[in-house]
Amino acid sequence: MAELTLKSVGKTYAGGVDAVTDVNIDIKDGEFIVLVGPSGCGKSTLLRMVAGLETVTRGDVHIGGRRVNDLDPAERDIAMVFQNYALYPHMSVRDNMAYGLKNRGESKAVIEERVAEAARMLELGQYLDRKPRALSGGQRQRVAMGRAIVRQPKAFLFDEPLSNLDAKLRVSMRMEIRKLQQRLGTTSLYVTHDQLEAMTLADRLVVLNGGRVEQIGAPLEVYRKPASTFVASFIGAPAMSLLDAQIEGGQLLLAGQALAGVGIAPGPVTLGLRAEDLRIVANGLRMRVEYVEELGAQRIVHGMVGDQAVAVIDQHDTPLGPDVRIAVDPTRLHLFDARSGRRMETRLHRVAEPAQ
Amino acid sequence: MTDTPLNMVEADQTLVTRLRAWWSGETANPAKRVQFDRPLTPWLFLLPQLAVVVIFFYWPSVQAVTSSFYLEDPFGFGATFVGMENYADALNSSEYLGTAAFTAFFCVVVTTLALGIGLLMAVKADKVIRGAESYKTLLISVYAIAPPVAGLIGMMFFDMHMGPLKDLAAFFGYDLKVGINYWDTATALIVIAVWKQIPYNFIFFLSGLQSVPVSVREAALIDAQSGWRRFWDITLPLLAPTAFFLLVINITYTMFDTFPIIDVIVKDKPANNPMTLVYKVYLDGFKGNDIGGSSAQSVILMGVVALLTVLQFRFLERRVHYG
Repeated sequence: MAELTLKSVGKTYAGGVDAVTDVNIDIKDGEFIVLVGPSGCGKSTLLRMVAGLETVTRGDVHIGGRRVNDLDPAERDIAMVFQNYALYPHMSVRDNMAYGLKNRGESKAVIEERVAEAARMLELGQYLDRKPRALSGGQRQRVAMGRAIVRQPKAFLFDEPLSNLDAKLRVSMRMEIRKLQQRLGTTSLYVTHDQLEAMTLADRLVVLNGGRVEQIGAPLEVYRKPASTFVASFIGAPAMSLLDAQIEGGQLLLAGQALAGVGIAPGPVTLGLRAEDLRIVANGLRMRVEYVEELGAQRIVHGMVGDQAVAVIDQHDTPLGPDVRIAVDPTRLHLFDARSGRRMETRLHRVAEPAQ
Repeated sequence: MTDTPLNMVEADQTLVTRLRAWWSGETANPAKRVQFDRPLTPWLFLLPQLAVVVIFFYWPSVQAVTSSFYLEDPFGFGATFVGMENYADALNSSEYLGTAAFTAFFCVVVTTLALGIGLLMAVKADKVIRGAESYKTLLISVYAIAPPVAGLIGMMFFDMHMGPLKDLAAFFGYDLKVGINYWDTATALIVIAVWKQIPYNFIFFLSGLQSVPVSVREAALIDAQSGWRRFWDITLPLLAPTAFFLLVINITYTMFDTFPIIDVIVKDKPANNPMTLVYKVYLDGFKGNDIGGSSAQSVILMGVVALLTVLQFRFLERRVHYG
C-alpha cells in the first residue's frame, strides 16, 4: 500500500513516435484510479511504464515515495493483472500464485497461508491443483487476480483485465474487483477503453487522448463537467450531442433560436447536450425524428435539429410524430470553445422570452 | 469403421447386386461418404506412398533380417544358412563392442553439445533487437550446407598439413593428428557433427521461444528478478515439447546422418579410427564384403534405435507439457 506519483512522464518510441506526453498524476494511498481512453491513447503504455515493462523516456515514476524509473519490474513491489491472464500454463493454480512469493524468499508457511487466503477470497479452493487450461475464462481471471493478491504489493496494475470475458461475467467480475480492492485497500491503477467500466470502478478517472491527459476527476465530476469536447463525447452513453452554435448579443443561438443568455463574447461555440437533460415538450426547439431506440425503461430518440444530430432520452411511450419540440434547462448546457474544444465556464440563465 | 451398411441392405439381395452396390458406394453410410464415391478410390491415392514405404523401407528390412542368418559368398555365388552365428560373431567381437561404445559416447556428446549450444544461441538471438534478421540468417545458413561438404570443410580445418586448427593446436604445443590418433579424430568428428547440427536446433528453439506468449514472459518479469530463474522456471518448461522433439531428432542424427562426415574424415585413413555403428555396417558389408555379418549388425542397430525411441517416449515425454 502506497501512494503512486507520475511526474511529467513521457514516452517516445524508437522512431520518434510520442506515445505519452507530460502526464502528471498523484494517486493517494488506497485510491482506485482508472485510465480510460480510446485505443492508441497511450493508457497501456503508461501502465506498463509504471510496471517497468516499458522504459520511461521522460519524467519520474514514484511508488511509495521511491523513484522506480531504473528498477526492474520485480523490484517495484507491484502486481499486474494482464488482459489475457498470462498464467504459467505448466504450473498448477497453486504454483501460479506462489511463484512470485517463492522468488522473494518467503517461507513455505507464509506462502501456503497467503495462497489459501487468496483462494478462499476468490473461491478457487477446489481448483488449486488444476492447470490453467482446465479452467474457464472467468476462473483464469480469478487466478490472475489471486496471483496479484498473494504478493500484497504496494499497487495493483490492471491492464484491461475484463475485456476477454463475456458481457455478463464482465459485470460480475467488475463488482468483485471493486469489492476486493476496497477490502484490501491497495492502491490500484486500472486501464480500460470501456467508459462504463471506468465510471463504475474508479475513485478518480484519468481520461487520456493522444498520449495526453484530458481530464482527471471523480466519475460524476467528469460526467457533469467534461473539460473538453473529447471527454464529453467519450464519457457517457449515449454520447453527449455536440452542436455548432452561435453567441450573439449575449444570447446562445442554436438553429436561429435563443436557448440561454450568456456572458461570453460573440462568436461560434460548441454546444454540448446530454440526452437525459433534454425533454420533449409542447413548445421548444424543433427536432426532426430520425429513429427511436426502445430500451424498455426509456427510449432514446435520435433526430436532427437543423442539420445537426441530437439524442434525447424520453421516459414516455406515447407515439411520436415526425417532428417533436425539445427543451433544456439552461443550467444544464455545456459550452466548449469552438476552436480548442476546451470547456468554457460561464453562468447561463433563462432568456426572458422562451423561443417558439 | 461402422457395421451399419450391411444392415441397411435389403435381405433378399443377391451377392452380385450387393457387390455392385458396394462398388458404386451406395451402401456406404451417407454421413461418412464425404469425398469418395467408390471404396477403392482412396486406396488408389494412397498407393504411391505405400509403394515407397514398402519398397524402400520394409523390403530392405526383411532382406537385412533374412541375410543376417546366412553366410554369403563374397562374389555372390551362394549363401549358407548359419543361424545366429553372425549375431554371435558381432556381439563377441571386441572391435564391434568398441565401436558400439564409441557410438554411445559420440551420441551423448554430440546431442548434448548441439542441443546446448543451439539453445544458448537461440536464447541470445531472441534478445537481439537491432539487426536481428541478419544475425539469425547467419546462424541458420550453416544448415544449408550438405553433410559431405560440412565434412570436407571440417577436414580442411583439421588437415594435418594445411589445417588452421592443427596450427592452433601446435601453438599450444599439441600435435593434432586427425586420421591417425584415435581421440584426435574423435574430437574432429564431434566438432564437425555438432557444428552441422546447431543451426537445426537453433531454428526450432528460436521458434519455440517466440511462441512463448509475451504476456507470460512479462508476468514472469514481475514475479522473478533473476533472468536465470525465469529461464529455468518458465521458459524452459514451455520449451520442453520442442526440446523433446529435438532430442529424438538429434539422437537419430548422430546415429545415422553423421555418416557422410565420418566417411570424409575416416575414409582412406590408417586403421583404428573411431566410427559409428552405421559406418561399420557399411564398411563390413561393402568394403569387407561380409553381407551376412553386416546385416546382423544393422538388425542389432535397428533394435537399439527402436528401444531408444520407446524409452524416450515412455519416460521423457511424460514430463513434457504440451501447451
